[in-house]
Amino acid sequence: MASIDTDARSRAGRRPNRLFKNMNAKLASLPMMFTALVVFLGGTIWTITYSFTSSGLLPRLEWAGLEQYARLWSSRKWLVSIENLAIYGFLSLILTLVIAFILAALLDRKIRGEDTFRTIFLYPFALSFIVTGLVWQWILNPQFGVQDVVRDLGWTNFNFDPLNNPEIVLYGLLIAGLWQGTGLIMCIMLAGLRGIDEDIWKATRVDGIGTVKTYLVVIIPMMRPVFVTSLVLIGSGIVKLYDLVVAQTSGGPGISSEVPAKYVMTSMFGGQNLGQGFAASTMMMLSVIIILIPWAYLEFGGRKRG
Amino acid sequence: MADVGILATTKAAEQIAPRTLDGPSGPRPKRRFSRANIIVYGTLFIVAVYYALPLYVMIVTSLKGMPEIQMGNIFAPPIEVTFEPWVKAWSEACTGINCDGLSRGFWNSVNILIPSLIVSIAVASINGYALSMWKFKGSEVFFSILMIGAFIPYQVMLYPIVIMLREAGLYGSLSGLVLVHVAFGMPINTLLFRNYFAAIPEELFKAARVDGAGFWAIFFRIIMPMSLPIFVVALIIQVTGIWNDFLFGVTYISSPDRYPMTVQLNNIVNSVQGVKEYNVNMAATLLTGLVPLTIYFISGKLFVRGIAAGAVKG
Amino acid sequence: MKLTTKLLAATAICGAGAASATELEVMHWWTSGGEANAVSKFAEAWNAAGNTWVDGAIAGGGDTARPIMVSRIIGGDPPAAFQFNHGRQAEELVEAGMILDITDVSEQEGWADIITPSSLLDSCTYDGRVFCVPVNIHSWQWMWLSNGAYEAAGVDVPTTWTEYVETADAVREAGIVPLAMGGQSWQQNGSFGVMALALAGQDAWLAVNQDKDSEVVMGPEYTRVFEAFGAARELSDGLNVQDWNQATAAVINDTAAAQIMGDWAQGEFALAGEVAGEDYSCLPGLGEVALLDTGGDAFFFPVTGDPEIEAAQKELAALMLSPEVQVSFNSAKGSLPVRPDVDLTTVNECTQKGLDLLAEGSTVPSGNQLLSPDTTTQLNDLMTEFWESPSMTPAEVQEQYAAIIADAD
Repeated sequence: MASIDTDARSRAGRRPNRLFKNMNAKLASLPMMFTALVVFLGGTIWTITYSFTSSGLLPRLEWAGLEQYARLWSSRKWLVSIENLAIYGFLSLILTLVIAFILAALLDRKIRGEDTFRTIFLYPFALSFIVTGLVWQWILNPQFGVQDVVRDLGWTNFNFDPLNNPEIVLYGLLIAGLWQGTGLIMCIMLAGLRGIDEDIWKATRVDGIGTVKTYLVVIIPMMRPVFVTSLVLIGSGIVKLYDLVVAQTSGGPGISSEVPAKYVMTSMFGGQNLGQGFAASTMMMLSVIIILIPWAYLEFGGRKRG
Repeated sequence: MADVGILATTKAAEQIAPRTLDGPSGPRPKRRFSRANIIVYGTLFIVAVYYALPLYVMIVTSLKGMPEIQMGNIFAPPIEVTFEPWVKAWSEACTGINCDGLSRGFWNSVNILIPSLIVSIAVASINGYALSMWKFKGSEVFFSILMIGAFIPYQVMLYPIVIMLREAGLYGSLSGLVLVHVAFGMPINTLLFRNYFAAIPEELFKAARVDGAGFWAIFFRIIMPMSLPIFVVALIIQVTGIWNDFLFGVTYISSPDRYPMTVQLNNIVNSVQGVKEYNVNMAATLLTGLVPLTIYFISGKLFVRGIAAGAVKG
Repeated sequence: MKLTTKLLAATAICGAGAASATELEVMHWWTSGGEANAVSKFAEAWNAAGNTWVDGAIAGGGDTARPIMVSRIIGGDPPAAFQFNHGRQAEELVEAGMILDITDVSEQEGWADIITPSSLLDSCTYDGRVFCVPVNIHSWQWMWLSNGAYEAAGVDVPTTWTEYVETADAVREAGIVPLAMGGQSWQQNGSFGVMALALAGQDAWLAVNQDKDSEVVMGPEYTRVFEAFGAARELSDGLNVQDWNQATAAVINDTAAAQIMGDWAQGEFALAGEVAGEDYSCLPGLGEVALLDTGGDAFFFPVTGDPEIEAAQKELAALMLSPEVQVSFNSAKGSLPVRPDVDLTTVNECTQKGLDLLAEGSTVPSGNQLLSPDTTTQLNDLMTEFWESPSMTPAEVQEQYAAIIADAD
């Protein structure tokens, strides 16, 4: 890969002080270093520090030890939040990838009106989650939304009221979340498919491999980088899931659609208990790091790719 | 395709990803009305209905009067078309004691958007360039921190950033807000640029080095001209993110006269008491979404191609 | 006494107004029609004195607006005044020295003699100093009943909770949902608080909310409340709404018979053109124990270090409690004035009941004054979980309620 060779190349050249090697690149990267170290790392350390305090409305260094964590893990709402995020996250991840891939594959079949379809699938991404939640809350409203319309058509027993049913409320969120997010991923997938050489299709046809099997066995493994980009986008969206829940269900009915980011927000600003909110966000960050570090190491660090 | 020319302005661009530009690559359907074809179009059509439905509902609702909304079902087209809700959302809806609708914040949003956009894209592209072609010791560490940063809920960072901006003397100013947008847009855009630049053929880079071109010369003369698509992608992601932002705009700008449009949108949509004016809500929503939507409709093709090159070759 | 106070207020306003025309930014979350109208009364009075009111309205209630206000304060660029519910929410800001001490205004204006009930001023007082201006009184302890719904059910409009429960079957048979309840946690927990005060009585209620006595929660008075709350849960079956005003709308259009909600609900009835006593009835304290809590809103003035702004802040504080502004503001907002020496422009049957209760001193402190926001959030979560999970029994929720109260500070 270019980058690695570059490195080697400049090392082979003149060899000034190590610090000044690649000086322009380092200078140019200062904003990134600053953001990474001060904003993200600094902010994280700040948050973790204050999670061990009894800060209320204002951040204050009054040590409380592990009290916030003990309370966090004894809170029913937190446990429900985590469970919800796990279910929502799993379904959202799988369904986004599957739907986005199928749509991309369909659009890739030399069809008419591709531009129109693509624009229709993509436009929800332009709207904020608040708006998404609002619109879907409305469409799913039993009194004048989908349920009402289907009943008017004659199926008077038709029942579809996910936002008021704790058992299926997560699916109500999922319908809206997928609507907003799959378009972008589909575009990335479509782009990936466009990058596949036509010869591969010819070769598989010669070998008599079916279309579906070709996708599964040949094409998808070739699209690994596409899936990586998609995973980062989908994953970060899932962890940050907040606005949509607030706009669509406010965490209800009861606490059945609470999510961790909302727990953090409610503790910090509703309950005026910053320490509790920071403890919850520390747990969130910790789980992200546990999942991401090994993967980031494999993906971005330490290893040659090509 | 008609507008391939826009993209392939340089020979180099064709070299990067020639396959990207010449359209669908999937198996060619055999006959125009084969069974497979019917399934393809049928599926796409049904899914398109699911995606288009909310937009349809929003538009239809925004053209109805309140009595009609309360009586009928949400999918019915308006019996009597009225543009009153649009006028109201734009110039009459009250937020607090100011009754001049969304128009109050439009130019504020533009003022926030343009510098944030320029700085964040400039910074992210240079990051991606340095990370892909001029790696130095530790560069991947910073990048990994950024990637983890992409997963941190914004709200958690609210107070630490207030403190940082205060210490820097930037709290409440536009430049402070711009920096915040730059920082939070950095992870995903840096990833996109990095992956795109990494796909640029090595020979090109080597040749330029032999000619004695340095870091900046290569970036401005070679890399930038052949990277239009990925800049368009970053542009679209950033326009959407910055334009739709409510929390940062209202927290880090300390004067109500300079609040972005989303503050008015929030105030119109989120007022709990009184009769909810759904038609005005929907009109306000569409008006606010108009800027990103317009950019999507115009640059849709560029967007897809840009993503193609950015994400595929990572 | 009153005359001198008024004169003092008038001179304070005129004097400062003439001396300097100052721009003050005021942050609040009053954005709906009636609320915005009420705020404009403040703004008009302030602008009339030659100043400029810069309006910083953030919709979405305290949870959206509060972090923004606190950020502004931490960031060192606070608004000149901001709205908070009085009570314990601003305690920390005061302790941290970020809020302007307005004791001198309070003494000059004689607030201690004017403000009724005095608990309102008490909740603005920290260590003997005054830090905020209570501007209105809102009470939770009301039940709103649809006369039309009871007519359709063929029974008389109940006058007590007991009667209400007895007639619920008849209401149900007429195809009407007996109780309208929104899906948000604050509504469910708030209704529980109202039932607790009405059914367990003042002593038990204060023991729990003021003294944080968890044994009382487990005691017989509260057991009755939890059982009644469990029964109420069944009475609300069949109506799925989120916002409180949607629930009120169900009472207005007779699809539901009653709602437990604070006096702000009356604004909705008024907007719908309903007349108290004819179209709807109201029962303070559920018709059982007629006590009102005295919650409401207050304004705080952050320390800015600028003497000119400080003078203007104090001027605004005095203005907010001046008789004319109290009348115009509270008439627009549908709340009760904090000073009994003024007359509201329009008083209907229900408002009059409220005024009478205030006048005779039948008040208790509000939940915001007694419980920390942290405790309130936990109770909200618990009560909403109970309300939406039919499998959870009153005994279970009682135990968890007691645990939260035991931990409360």
